[in-house]
Parts: sequence; structure tokens; C-alpha cells
Amino acid sequence: MKIVVPVKRVIDYNVKVRVKADHSGVDVSNVKMSMNPFDEIAVEEAVRIKEAGNADEVIVVSCGVASCQETLRSALALGADRAIIVETDVELQPLAVAKLLAAICHKEKPQLVICGKQAIDDDANQTGQMLAALMGWGQATCASKITLNENVATVTREIDGGLETLEFPLPAVISADLRLNAPRYATLPNIMKAKKKPLETINPGALGVDVAPRLRTLKFSEPPKRGAGIKVADVAQLIDKLKHEAKVL
Amino acid sequence: MAILVIAEHNNVSLHASTLNTVSAASRIASLTSSEIHVLVGGAACRAVAEAAARIAGVAKVKLADLPHLGDMTAESHAALIVAEVTNGTTAYSHILSPATSHGKNTLPRVAALLDVAQISEIIAVEDVDTFVRPFYAGNVLVTVKSSDVTKVITVRTTGFDAAISEGGTAVIEDTSATPDAKQPRLISRELSKSTRPELGAAKVIVSGGRGLGNGENFQSVLGPLADKLGAALGATRAAVDAGFVPNDYQVGQTGKIVAPQLYIAVGISGAFQHLAGMKDSKVIVAINKDPDAPIFQIADYGLVADLFTAVPEFTAAL
Repeated sequence: MKIVVPVKRVIDYNVKVRVKADHSGVDVSNVKMSMNPFDEIAVEEAVRIKEAGNADEVIVVSCGVASCQETLRSALALGADRAIIVETDVELQPLAVAKLLAAICHKEKPQLVICGKQAIDDDANQTGQMLAALMGWGQATCASKITLNENVATVTREIDGGLETLEFPLPAVISADLRLNAPRYATLPNIMKAKKKPLETINPGALGVDVAPRLRTLKFSEPPKRGAGIKVADVAQLIDKLKHEAKVL
Repeated sequence: MAILVIAEHNNVSLHASTLNTVSAASRIASLTSSEIHVLVGGAACRAVAEAAARIAGVAKVKLADLPHLGDMTAESHAALIVAEVTNGTTAYSHILSPATSHGKNTLPRVAALLDVAQISEIIAVEDVDTFVRPFYAGNVLVTVKSSDVTKVITVRTTGFDAAISEGGTAVIEDTSATPDAKQPRLISRELSKSTRPELGAAKVIVSGGRGLGNGENFQSVLGPLADKLGAALGATRAAVDAGFVPNDYQVGQTGKIVAPQLYIAVGISGAFQHLAGMKDSKVIVAINKDPDAPIFQIADYGLVADLFTAVPEFTAAL
């Protein structure tokens, strides 16, 4: 079976993001870009499924600007077999990405799509669910454990207040949460090998998808800063302040 | 046109996050003079519909009481919402759900089936079609304007006060929607049981970090304080990853986003990922022995002290 893993190029999670002075966006000049961490977990899971003999091919897909190729090469270095970039300079929103991925799924006919639960830039947490809906497939978001048996997936999900386990037939979409696995580091030989793996470029028009944004971003701003308060000398003063000043006790 | 709020519940009782979502809906309704309807989908859940009907500001409750909706799968509930919106008797301009596990799981599916965008975790309503939502774990706020006919929105509950849960007299109407029953099979659901309030709804939260040292200390030092204050217990991701407490204690970017009246951070240095989940609390207290810990930069009251003496002293003095 084939597994498709969508990956997104985002500002590295270690970078402190800054809003541009004119509020038109965030500053990405000279900023380190990386694969979305949840997508890295998704790639790792797909590669582990293949290594366990339960999949034949792992295809990674990225939608966006030409430099998403770098993200795809890192996914190939983690063990994916081939890559597809749907290249466009248009700002892509989750619905557009889900439609592009649906077009890829119609073409590649994977049994499973594993994606990150959300991207750490727009924190939307939408694309996997939208893709599942467009394909008419089942879904399991925020997965912390995946077991495959023939054409049936059993997935444990992280939900408010605990865990739930679902069972459903494939094909399906599963989104990865933090605890699904700890992704490996790409080794130098694998990074070299990744450069020779196939990478196909497609444009959205060829997939027949309208990617025009549905939401217009009017403004980016920084949240109001919370100022430091005071240091109290001891527990007695703390309780006094909480009772008489803050009035929360 | 009306506004549809998706009720969050467990077939037995209405979850408090529904009240915050009704507040967000009221804000939109005040700009458009539309009615607010609440959709309750579940199995043997009439009591939930009755509770929803008592929320101030709600005009109508639509009840879909069907056996296959009881497990709350995204597939069955998305099908229900889409059926209600496209075949029902009312035209809806907005569909709002609290940004709970269930809401975040279901609404993107609804949006895709309606071919509209979904707007995630709004924290403010600027206009009928314009909303503010966080990017980059709350480090950046973005104002977005929707051009879609139906706006599908999840609501971050900490952004809106709870609507008053009593006094309303909405009518309860059985929905005629016939949703698709195709869905995954629920094998099990394990919710951690606690006598303490739930993190999302607690007025006071006592939260611990790696400074507690181990799980035993976590419970023996923070437990009595939480009990005295009637507080929920929270933790940092570092404390969860170190195995002190289960994952559902986690407050932060990768855990729960909370905004209680009082947040007591004990042995927490203040990593950005944690601050993202609690910085909107009304009053923040930090107890840490390191005077340079970043948590003191956002705490209203900081106490530089060894937590193992300060916390028991605090508990005893209450």
C-alpha cells in the first residue's frame, strides 16, 4: 500500500516570530525555515510503517513556493521514497491545500494519508479533516498510537480529558500528535541519497483546483504584553496581596 | 438568517464551553439582529437540549436524538450539521462551535463539505465577517475577513465570557435532518477521573513544573494546596514529559489553553510554550527559587523561595 504524507515549510519552531512594522505579515527575511514538527512526526510514522513491512511506498507532498523542495528533501532524507511539489506563489489556505491533496489522492490512490495535526504557523488544525471530508474517508485526528491490520486501522487519539480509540477501514486520514513517536535525525548518507530520489513538480492548474484564498488577512499584530508585577517578600505578604489587592482569595 | 451554535456535551450534561460560544454568537447577533439556535446532536440527550434552552439569548434548540450520534464521531456530527444547514428550514450565516477536541475534529469537515473556509479559535469578533485569531501559538494575532456565505468558526473559550446559563426559554424542536451514519467504531474512551475541577473550567489552577522533582512530590506538595483552594491541577510539558503527571494535566501551546481568575505557577521557569497556554489568566502567582526565571516577567506576584517550604506554608496559612 501507498502512504501519502503532506509536509509544510514553516518558520523554525525555535525562532521568535516578529510582526512587520506595517502589520502586513510576519518577518521571514533571514529566518530559518524547517519542516512543521508535527509533519516530521507524520513522516517518521509512515517510514516506520513501511519498515515494518506494512507499506510499499511513502510519498511526501508539499504545496507552496519553490523552496518547499528543501522541506521535501528533508522528508526524503528521513526515509520517504518520492516527493511531489504543487508549486504556486499564491497564499494557500487550508481548504485550498486540502483540495490539492485530494487531487493528488485521486491520482496516487493511497490507502492512508498521515499528516501533522496542525502547522505551527497558522495553527489552523483543519487540512487533514478537510481532506478526509473531500475524499469521503474516515479520520482520526491527534493520534498518539496507530495499529494497522490488513485494511483496518486502530488509532488512539488524544482528546480533552483523556484518550479514545477508534477503529475504521482504510483508506483514511490520520493526523499526528506530539506523542506518536520521536522522529529520527537524518544521517549524512541518507541526506546524500535523498538528493537522488524523484521529485515531481505539478502546478495547481494541472490538478484543476482553484486555490484562491477565501479569507482576507487584514492585519497582523502582536498581543498586548503582560507587564511584570511585584516580588513579594514572603508567604504572608503573598496571601495579603491576593486577599486585599487582587481579591482572588 | 440565524446563527447556529454547536453544543458541546456528553449526552448527559451541557459542557460549559457552549456558554462561551453562545457569547461569541451573541456578539455577532448584536451586529445583525439574528437569532441564535443551538444544535444538540447525540443519543438520549434531551436533558442537554433542556439545559441549552435555558441559556439566556438562545431562541431555539434543535435536537437530533439518534443512537448513532452518541459516540460523537466527527463523521456523523459533520454529516448532521451539513444536513441541518443545507436541508433545514432555517438559513444560517454562521456556524460556531467551541474549540474543544470535538469542535476542532468536526468543523473543518463541515467547512469542506460546504466548500467554505473554516476560521479556527477566534478570540474576538470585529464585525459580522471579521474575526481575530491567534497564529504562532498566540505570539501573533491576525484579523481575518471572510468572503464565504456561511462562516464556519471555532471559538477559543477563554476569549469570551460565559453566557448566563439560566433564564432563557427557547423552544426545543426535533430536527428533521437525516445525517449519514457511516462512521468509525469507538472502541474505548478513557477519561481521567478526578474530584478536582476540570482545567478548562476551573477558577483557580495550581500548576507545577520540573522544579517539583518527581510525581510523588507533585501530588504531595501541590495536591493539598489545590484541595484547599478548590483548584484544578495543571503542569508544564516538561513535567508531563518527565512522567510526573499524565498528559491531560498539560497547560501550554501543546496542551490546554486556560485563563482562570488565579493561576499559581510552582517550580515553573516559564518556557514560551507554557506561557502561551496561561498568559491570559487574570492573576498570576509564581513561586520559584530562581530569581531570574522568565515566569517572573509576567507574574503579578512573584515569590522567590524554595517551593518545598513556601507551598506547605501557603497551604497551612489559608
